[in-house]
Order: sequence, then C-alpha cells, then structure tokens
Amino acid sequence: MASVPSISDASGASQQSALSQVLRSPPVAIALAVLAASVIMAVFAPWLNTIDPVQIDPTQRLKPPSAEHWLGTDAYGRDVYSRVIYGSRVSLVVGVSVAVFSIAAGLVIGVIAGYFRWADAIIMRVMDGLMAIPGVLLAIALVSLSGASLTTVIVAITIPEIPRVVRLVRGVVLSVRNEPYVEAAISLGTSPLAVMIRHLVPNTVAPLIVQGTYIFASAILTEAILSFLGAGVPPEISSWGNIMAEGRSFFQLIPGLVLYPGAVLSLLVLSVNVLGDALRDSLDPRMSRRL
Amino acid sequence: MTANTNVHEDDTGRPVLAVEGLTVRVRAPGGRAVVEGVSFDVRAGETVCVVGESGSGKSVTSLATMGLLPRDSLVVEAGSIRVDGEDVVRATPARLRQLRGAKMAMVFQEPMTALNPVQKVGRQVAEVLRLHTRLGAAERRRRVLEMLESVHLPDVERIYESYPHQLSGGQRQRIVIAMALILRPRLLIADEPTTALDVSTQKQILMLIRELQAKQGTAVVFITHDFGVVADIADRIVVMNQGKVVETGMRQAILQNPSDAYTRMLVSSVPSLVPHQRPAPDGDAVLDVQALGKVYRRGGWLERAPEVAAAQDVTFRLRRGEIVGIVGESGSGKSTVARCVVRLIDPSSGNVCLQGEDIAAAGRAQLARLRRRIQIVFQDPYRSLNPRRRVGESIIEGLLNYGMPREQALRKAAHTLQLVGMPADAMQRYPHQFSGGQRQRICIARALVMEPDVLVADEAVSALDVSVQAQVLDLLEQVRRRVGIGVLFITHDLRVAAQICDTILVMQRGRVVESGTAAQVLAHPREPYTRSLIEAAPGRHWDFQHFRPVAQDAAA
Repeated sequence: MASVPSISDASGASQQSALSQVLRSPPVAIALAVLAASVIMAVFAPWLNTIDPVQIDPTQRLKPPSAEHWLGTDAYGRDVYSRVIYGSRVSLVVGVSVAVFSIAAGLVIGVIAGYFRWADAIIMRVMDGLMAIPGVLLAIALVSLSGASLTTVIVAITIPEIPRVVRLVRGVVLSVRNEPYVEAAISLGTSPLAVMIRHLVPNTVAPLIVQGTYIFASAILTEAILSFLGAGVPPEISSWGNIMAEGRSFFQLIPGLVLYPGAVLSLLVLSVNVLGDALRDSLDPRMSRRL
Repeated sequence: MTANTNVHEDDTGRPVLAVEGLTVRVRAPGGRAVVEGVSFDVRAGETVCVVGESGSGKSVTSLATMGLLPRDSLVVEAGSIRVDGEDVVRATPARLRQLRGAKMAMVFQEPMTALNPVQKVGRQVAEVLRLHTRLGAAERRRRVLEMLESVHLPDVERIYESYPHQLSGGQRQRIVIAMALILRPRLLIADEPTTALDVSTQKQILMLIRELQAKQGTAVVFITHDFGVVADIADRIVVMNQGKVVETGMRQAILQNPSDAYTRMLVSSVPSLVPHQRPAPDGDAVLDVQALGKVYRRGGWLERAPEVAAAQDVTFRLRRGEIVGIVGESGSGKSTVARCVVRLIDPSSGNVCLQGEDIAAAGRAQLARLRRRIQIVFQDPYRSLNPRRRVGESIIEGLLNYGMPREQALRKAAHTLQLVGMPADAMQRYPHQFSGGQRQRICIARALVMEPDVLVADEAVSALDVSVQAQVLDLLEQVRRRVGIGVLFITHDLRVAAQICDTILVMQRGRVVESGTAAQVLAHPREPYTRSLIEAAPGRHWDFQHFRPVAQDAAA
C-alpha cells in the first residue's frame, strides 16, 4: 500500500549487525572495558595483590600511597587499595540484585496492571504513592527499622525502583494487548496466563534490558549514598560509600580517601549509563516505524 | 497525442512534470534498486494515475519528486525529475523549500497525521502563505477563508478556528487539499488521498480535486491501487511493478486493451460489482444471531454520559456452506458485530447461538468449549501473527489449548497449510519471511485447523493488493466448498461482497438497513442508503474482468 518499503525489517541478522556496530564505537568500548574491569576486580579480589581489607594496623594510619600500600592507608591503618577492590563486590552485588529483583517484581505487577482493567487503577495508585516518597529516605527508613545488613540494603533500594518498571511494563502491555495476534490467541482459547507469557512478556524484554542497566547504575549510586550517610551496609563491610564516609573527616589531610573510591564509583556508574544508552539506541529504531 | 480538452498548453509546450530514467537505490553497499529506469510525464490540466501493487515503487517516485526521500535509507542514483524544466533531484535544499508549496504540492493518505494536532487548522493553512508570500496577517486570513470556501467546507469561520481532531476525516482531507493548492502550484501529487476515507466521502474528494484542477490547470499525479478510482478520474495511466514502469497509455487503451501481461492480470483481478449467480444455500443454520446489540457508555461511575449504540438490533442467520456479508462504511458497527459474535467483546444484548448454544451469555467453561467452533481472521496480516514465534507454533496454539498432543497437532497443521496453498515447510519460518497474502493464508490456516463451524473474516482482504485479494477470495470459495464451513464476511468494499457473498446485510450507524441475497441488494436495492453506497462506488460503469463497460442489463 502507500508506504515506503521498510528497509530494516526485524530479522535477527540485521539487528545483530547494528548491535555489533554500536558496540564497536569508542565510548561504548571503553564503557564495556570499565565494566569488565569492575567484574574482574570483584571476582578476583583476593588475587589482585590485596590484603585483608578489614585488617587494622594502627601504626600505619593515614599514610600516603607507597610501594606497600598503593593507595595509602585510612584512619584505622587499613589498606585503601584493598578496600576499594573489595568494595567493588558490594557495589556489583547490590547493583545486580536490585536490578534483577526490581525487574522481576515490576514485570509481574506491570503485566497484571496492564492486562486486567480492574487491577490497573488500584496498582497504579499504589505505585504513584511509592514514587512520591524519596527513594533514599524510604531506604533509610527501612534500614533503620530492620537494621543494617546487605539484604536490608538490597530490599531498601529495590522497592523504590519497582514503580518505574511497573509503568514501563504496563505501557508495553497496554499497547500490545489490542494487537490482532493477541486477540487471535484469545479466540483460540488461550488462557490469560498463557497469553501473558507467550505474547505480552516477550515484547517487554528489550525495554526491560535497557531499564535494567539504568537501575543497575542507580542502585550502585544509591548504595554508596546510603553507606555514606551511615544507613547502608555495616561498617565492617568495605563499601565505596563507607570508605568515603570515613574519609570525609580527613579530606584535608589525605584527599585520596574520598577521591579514589569516588573516582572508581563515578567511572563505573558512567560506564553503565553509556552502555544503557547504547543498548537503547540500538534496540529502539527497530521498534519505531520509518515514515 | 492527448485528446483531453482540459489540457492547457503552456508557452513552451513542455510537460509540467518530466521524470526520466529515475533510479532510486537503498543507501547501503549492494543496496537494491527500489525504483529503476522510471520515465513518464504529466502535462498541465492532466490527471495521470500511477497504479501498482505494494512494493511497486509508486510512492518512492512521488517522494523523490518532492525531495522527501528518507535521507539515510534511500538515494537517487540516476535520472532526472524536471518540474517545469527545473531538475529537482539536483536542486539545493533551499531551492526545494521554495518550490514546495509554490510549484509542487503533495497530499498524503492519512489526513490526521498530515495536520499538526496542536495547531488550529486555519493557522496551518496560513503558514503556507506566511512562508512563501509577503502578505500581511489580515490578507492571509482572507485568502485562507477564500480557499476553505473553494474546497466546499461549511461555516469556514468556525473551521478556521478548529483543531484537526474536531473535524471529520473528509473535512481534514479538504484542509490538506486547501493547503496544497492555495498557492496554485503547477503540480499536485496525491498519494492515495482517499484510501482512508469512506466511499461516499471519497467520491466528494475526487470531484473536488477534479474541480480545482480544472480551475487552476494543475497537473495531477494520482497514486492509487484502486482501479475503480482510476477508471473514474484518469486521463492517462502509468502501471508500475517492482520498481519499473510496465506500461503507460490513455485510460481507454489500458482498461480496454492492455498490451502487457502484468497489466492484463492486474486489471482483470478487480472484482465486478455485479454479483455472481449462485444457488441459494440450504444447509442447516450454524450461526443464529438475534437482536444483537452493543452499547458503549462513556464517563465513569459518577457521570451519566449519553450512550452510544455501536450495534443495535442485528439479526441474521448463517447456514452451513453460506457466505453472509456485512457491508458498511466506517462507524457502521460491522466490526463491532464481528467481535461480539466471536465474543472478543461482550454484547450488551441479544443472542449469538452456535447450533443452539448461546456464546453471548456463556460462562467461562462453556465459553472455552464454544470458542473452538467459531474462529476469526483479522484485517492486518502484518499484525495478526506473533512476530517472535514460528508459523507452526502460531498455527498449533489453538489445538494445544484444547489438549491435542503436539505431534498430532503438527501433522494437522501441515495438512491445513496445504489446504490453503502454502508449503508445509512454512511451519519452520517466521512471519516476516512471508508476504501479506501469504500471511493471510497462514491466518486462515490457523483458523481452519480448529475445524470451526463458522469463520468470521473481518475485512480479511482489505489490506491486500488486488491480485492477492483475488487469490485469497478464491481460496475462501474453495474452502467453503470443500469443508462446508459458514463464513461471515465483513467488508466495506462492495466489489468484494459482490464476488463471494450469498447474502448481504447493509449496516449504517449500528443498524441493519437492508438485507437480502447479493443479487437483490446490489442489483435492485430498495433502501436509499444502499443505493447511495452503490452509486458512490468508483468505476461502477466499467467491467474490469472483461475489459469493457458494464453491460446495460446488469447495471444498477
């Protein structure tokens, strides 16, 4: 009919080649390298010339970088380099966990909200309420209620992230559920659950992957903020936020205590955001129609 | 060469539009040619219809003329397009901006997306004047009102201050035409401008374009796939197929005596408005619809908004082996009826009985059982199949729902695919690997594999090219004969209804206005609405299948 022939149809081959083209661009390649380096840091921490990050050595307090302590020592004589390396574990674990759980929860709630009219109003008002509460405050409240631990921190960061995922999923479901192929499935006797899993959820995968990377970055940052404020992981666990919090008092003396973990944190968050943008750009044009 | 008395020869006797050897390629290494070696010209006051099926390159040619090709995917590789002697392919963007609106203008298919939804329409038409002339605001307004009157819009002061969503489709298209013609361009390109409109509105718009063309001496390029429209308005015809011009000639020559085989095939695929003679169906009733109604109530729980009856008091019976057609314009309620019958929408009143059992009032368990007896095929073949699942999976989904073992379901699906003329290995492929016509066959197979008593076809051929449409209609006819299924066929196209329906119901604004056998309704309509529908059908005096005017005794 009267439309320009679609040059880019959604065949797997053209999609992959666009993705690999995007992945080869310099900013994205650097971002991938940084992310890979963080993962290596976290996984191989004991073998990267680190010592026990919680080992105190009062004789070596607040020393500048040296051959023995590559990034110097903190107020308790702990090796900053080792703490930063081990800190990546907390950040990555929190980031991945929050991303996975918030997407899983958001997917289920969002599909139900999008598919069942009666559930939609109730669920979305609850989500609106959740979104109205500042995330960090909610996290602080939850942590102060149940005490500081890694699990609590993960739950506390996950909950404020869920409403955005629900909105995203609900939007996709609303737009897809009126497609003829979904109506065809219904008229073939497919149960609502099967319709949701077979026909609706696959459409959410691409936007959720993109959203997942953003949640990952945001969670890492939020965990650092919480730890900085003293409402995050307990002080015996090395977290970049913890290190920065303790280093704050000595900033004039040894700025590295704040700057080194801060730099690594910023670099990781920036890289994940760049990756998310690249993924979104490579997946989105395939969604929208040309002309 | 031209016998049309409307043609105005300009001083140099050259055509307003001269396309020569135009080749447009996909902008990628080894990109294929979307348009190849296309040449034709158009003179002042003449209407040239460019016809072709999807993928023929007709829209790309017109976009290339306006300089509107999507820059990052298509590029003009060779040839020239001269508008009044000036080559627009080699024009600078600034020069193209000067030309557009003033020398050449375009009208698109979808009037809603051609107008800015957040600006009043008067202002949008005035924008053309603002960009190309130095008139003051008052003078611009006066000219716009004058133009709105010449496109026969009622109450022009009110329309000037309206937003696009406050106007009907036909009114919006008139606004778009006003915008296109206000500067009296030499060339007007109309790309399927009436395809999205009702048949009666279409007739008015075509007459309007004709009238303005006669007044201003514009050269009109009319792109369409509808041969009825071509028969009514063309002076000359250019037939395109897969990017090449297959044949050009005067209207009479092409319609009466086409020399190319493709053109012959294309013209003869257009169904006739005269219904076939067929024996009256006499099987037992498989579908019995009584007083079906669907009412929509706007507003929430607190507000008592007026009700809209999308369908009201619809009654008909479908026998085994019969094809009942429901014909109507958009908003007539025919799609609502189809969806209520299949219980995709819950009817507000009435019964829909499938061999005694009422699907409209069925509870969940009964509904699950009844659903397999009535299946539906939708209009858009490109959205009717889940793009992420293989065709075989889509076809057997229904069978698996009812507990058939997978092996058996796959065998049945393969058998049904052959019934609809598709190879069995199609089951392993994905929908995007098939054309529109093939996808529609797959959808029909998906419906038939359930062995239903009733098949509902909701505008199932409306989105298909005319030659593919002919094949799918043939297929339905074959299936009907072999399987003895009853078909409820929803369409807005009287020709299609004439070709395959035994009984026709005409709907207007939710009510059945007339019903009877196809021969009765189409050849001897009783109701004025039916008569106006038939009279508005484009090209109704031409018998395409036999390349001659309709024989007098069969004319309405």
